[in-house]
Amino acid sequence: MGRNHALTIKDHLRETLLFQRRILVSAILACILLAGLIARLFFLQIISHAHYTALSEDNRVSIVPIAPTRGLIYDRNGVLLAQNIPSRTLELIPEHVKNLKATIKKLRSLIHITDDEVERFNELRKKKRRFEGIPLRYRLSDSEAARIAVHLNQLPGVEITAELMRHYPQGRLASHAIGYVARINEEELSHLDASQYAATKNIGKTGVERSYENELHGEVGYQRVETNAAGRIVDVLQRTLPTPGKNLYLSLDARVQMVAEQAFGKHDGALVAINPNNGEVIAFVSMPTFDPNLFVNGIDHKTYNKLSRSPDRPLFNRALQGQYPPGSTIKPFIGLAGLEDKVIKPDTTIDCKGYFTLKNDDHRYRDWKRGGHGETDLNKAIVQSCDVYFYQLAMQLKIDRIHDFLARFGMGRPTGIDIRGEETGLLPSRAWKRRVRHEPWFPGETLITGIGQGFTLVTPLQLAEMAAEMGSRGRSYTPHIVRGIVEPGDDKLVVHQAPPKNIITLKNPKDWQIIINAMKQVVTSPHGTARRIDHNLKYSVAAKTGTAQVFGIKQDQKGEEDQSNLPKRLRDHAVFIAFAPAKHPKIAVGVVVEHGGHGGSTAAPIARKVMDAYLLGGK
Amino acid sequence: MSGFTQFEFMSTSRLSKGRSYLQHFHIDLPLLFALLILAGVGLMALYSASEQNIDIVLRQVMRLVIAFSVMIAVAQLRPETIQHWSPWLYAVAIILLFAVLVLGVIGKGAQRWLNFGLFTFQPSELMKLALPMLIAWYFSDHSIPPRPLRIMLALVMIVVPTLLVAKQPDLGTALVLATSGFLVLFLAGLRWRTIIIAFILLIPISWLFWQYGMHDYQRNRVLTFLNPEIDPLGAGYHIIQSTIAIGSGGMYGKGWLNGTQSHLDFLPERKTDFIFPVFSEEFGFIGSLLLLALYAVIVIRGLMITLQAQDTYTRLLAGTITLTFLIYVFINIGMVSGILPVVGIPLPLVSYGGTSMVTLLTGFGILMSIQTHRKLIST
Repeated sequence: MGRNHALTIKDHLRETLLFQRRILVSAILACILLAGLIARLFFLQIISHAHYTALSEDNRVSIVPIAPTRGLIYDRNGVLLAQNIPSRTLELIPEHVKNLKATIKKLRSLIHITDDEVERFNELRKKKRRFEGIPLRYRLSDSEAARIAVHLNQLPGVEITAELMRHYPQGRLASHAIGYVARINEEELSHLDASQYAATKNIGKTGVERSYENELHGEVGYQRVETNAAGRIVDVLQRTLPTPGKNLYLSLDARVQMVAEQAFGKHDGALVAINPNNGEVIAFVSMPTFDPNLFVNGIDHKTYNKLSRSPDRPLFNRALQGQYPPGSTIKPFIGLAGLEDKVIKPDTTIDCKGYFTLKNDDHRYRDWKRGGHGETDLNKAIVQSCDVYFYQLAMQLKIDRIHDFLARFGMGRPTGIDIRGEETGLLPSRAWKRRVRHEPWFPGETLITGIGQGFTLVTPLQLAEMAAEMGSRGRSYTPHIVRGIVEPGDDKLVVHQAPPKNIITLKNPKDWQIIINAMKQVVTSPHGTARRIDHNLKYSVAAKTGTAQVFGIKQDQKGEEDQSNLPKRLRDHAVFIAFAPAKHPKIAVGVVVEHGGHGGSTAAPIARKVMDAYLLGGK
Repeated sequence: MSGFTQFEFMSTSRLSKGRSYLQHFHIDLPLLFALLILAGVGLMALYSASEQNIDIVLRQVMRLVIAFSVMIAVAQLRPETIQHWSPWLYAVAIILLFAVLVLGVIGKGAQRWLNFGLFTFQPSELMKLALPMLIAWYFSDHSIPPRPLRIMLALVMIVVPTLLVAKQPDLGTALVLATSGFLVLFLAGLRWRTIIIAFILLIPISWLFWQYGMHDYQRNRVLTFLNPEIDPLGAGYHIIQSTIAIGSGGMYGKGWLNGTQSHLDFLPERKTDFIFPVFSEEFGFIGSLLLLALYAVIVIRGLMITLQAQDTYTRLLAGTITLTFLIYVFINIGMVSGILPVVGIPLPLVSYGGTSMVTLLTGFGILMSIQTHRKLIST
């Protein structure tokens, strides 16, 4: 230090003073900084404490929904039709899997895993978080699960989880009535109660599963869980258990249903059997059927395409949505209309020459029987299904009266059955033709309406309902397939009971019996069109056969004898209605056998088997 | 030299026996106590932040033992020795910073560490001490306030290492270096007019720096700091989650080991830079105030030592070390509570990590050396 001493002391004092001032300023600045921090902490921890507590809770606690157990479905005798079974799913947790490719390869060497399943797994992997299990294979069999379980210690991140899966123990039986559940799709998601379905993966798609979705589903449960930043559940804080869905008891009789389905053999078609006294559906058949278990947890493309593109259309619910001309099964109702409107009397006769012509028109409307039935009254016309008699009657009734009378039996309207998606059929009228076809009504159309051809369409369900209405002499119940509901945790079956939706009253109630007697003779008379089913019959049956023309065969070429020469897809549909016992019926049946030819030959025997099964019991 | 020894003897004779031992080992008791308590609090917070991982806590204890040993060792050095070493230390630090830069270029990435086989070493840590030491040394053989030319030269001494560190890139440390350099100038009596002009000049300089001198991620950090909601799941996530942790702590906190934000992984970097929110969530406003009070005690003791220092070098160095320490605390707590951008400055003595702790306690070792080697004659 090259300075003199005096200067150093003076400088030293000045420097010390300057330095002390700077330290003072620094101390003040330090206080300001500390005060700033304290102010900030005060703001965060005292003033905004509630706000940040809420945010912290939001971070920490999340609500996880628990899916309710879906209600079970039984037949009327307690036979299980739809249940929930534990299903083992093979899942991979990417976070714990060391080498995903190698792991999948190893798993594929142990059990069968399709390329589709691997592809679906890879799709899901993009959507899920790393600690979440991603399903690779659903529905592991016992042996598959065992094979994997043996190797689990060499397969980190591989898990076998169990969850409840919908299962239809009867397989294909009554698949169109029960319906099925499948993965919820985007469209359904948009009008579902999002919170109720928060944990539910499947929803009823068809049949009872769909119509009674609300009853079957149950109430969602919740658990409040503590999660970490990655969303992994750390602890369960509170749990509200879900309420399981209600159990349904169908009016359907699985045994009768099975008899009916077997009776169809290789034929396609539909059968509906109703209890005329309350509208309960005893059998609800649409052939061919399908295995609803395929749809649970997602059906693969190949299987679905095979089902949906099959020419037999197994997914099409013919009983509910198939619309067929009623053919001659309409005749008892036209006859009843004639009596009701006093157009004919029971003993009114015509001379059937085998054809009918209108005035000023040389077109011949043929009878199915070449050469005709000769002198024919109402009874003979129904028993032998004389077309000419009903051409004459229809011409006299005119289309408006036919429409109005048949409308009283529910034709052209949905029956209101508790399965959604019902078709209405078609009951033509002048007004309908003008509105829809923009054409006037032609008299010839009235004639063919009189024998159930032309525009008229009915569903098999409507056929059964009409048979039931005839059998119960005019009392009409809304058909229903769910007989009763059992609340969860309760043994009491609440049976569906409803008064008739409509009572058809005739001016002369004796007319019912006139028609029903004729319908009994359809079976019992040697000339009856359903005489084939009379053999060993242990109860009385009232019935009517019919033939529904398949598009393309002209009216004047019509003839039941010709059918066997035609290729099957051009053959007529066989139609049949019946109820038994005729006096106090317990069952009414409507049957359509597609391309079955004449109603008496294919449809009637099916109905007979169903009635036998129901009325005579199992043996 | 003999007179000096005699004086020392006389002073110890007037004091208690215990104090004499401490004096003999050149330990400043208030500072040691405050630092030990702080280290204890830090271990508690670390135990919680590490999910009660005793291994991590023990590793930190090991580092503390080493760091406190270094502190006591440094305290044995005479301030004159430290002063003598200052320019050499600075030279070594500059060379190492260049080495890091060259290795960083080779390694094609952010490079802050030098690997010496047995241990890794961060030269910027050395520079944190070497820079104020050099400038204090530079100013010590002339009267203060320094002349403009000397100030200009001092600025060069500050800017070179600052740019080297910023280039690594380690913006936080660069900022701390520049600040500590400025603190020496300030304490040396830089005129207020000059300070004000410098601040005004800083505005266009920082704009230029923003435009050309910053990496995208650094710009993002600043932008995210200004509005964390821009990127609530990315860079803003840290700030949002740490303010939630602090805010939800409330007055008394959620209790030790009960912080949900930290234990459920919402808090990132919670053992290191974000350890304050862990502490604050669990001990609340009261706990945070006590922690700040502890820091304040250390700062006050540091300033007392500074005021009692007898020459320019020790005054400037002690003051700068003390104030830099405060600035660490301010930047760290400021950043985790959302009033400063996230720049990666650990909370002194509480954050998990080794190098910065050694640097820090070396600084306090220097303070102790300054305090305990005083010649009582001039006070």
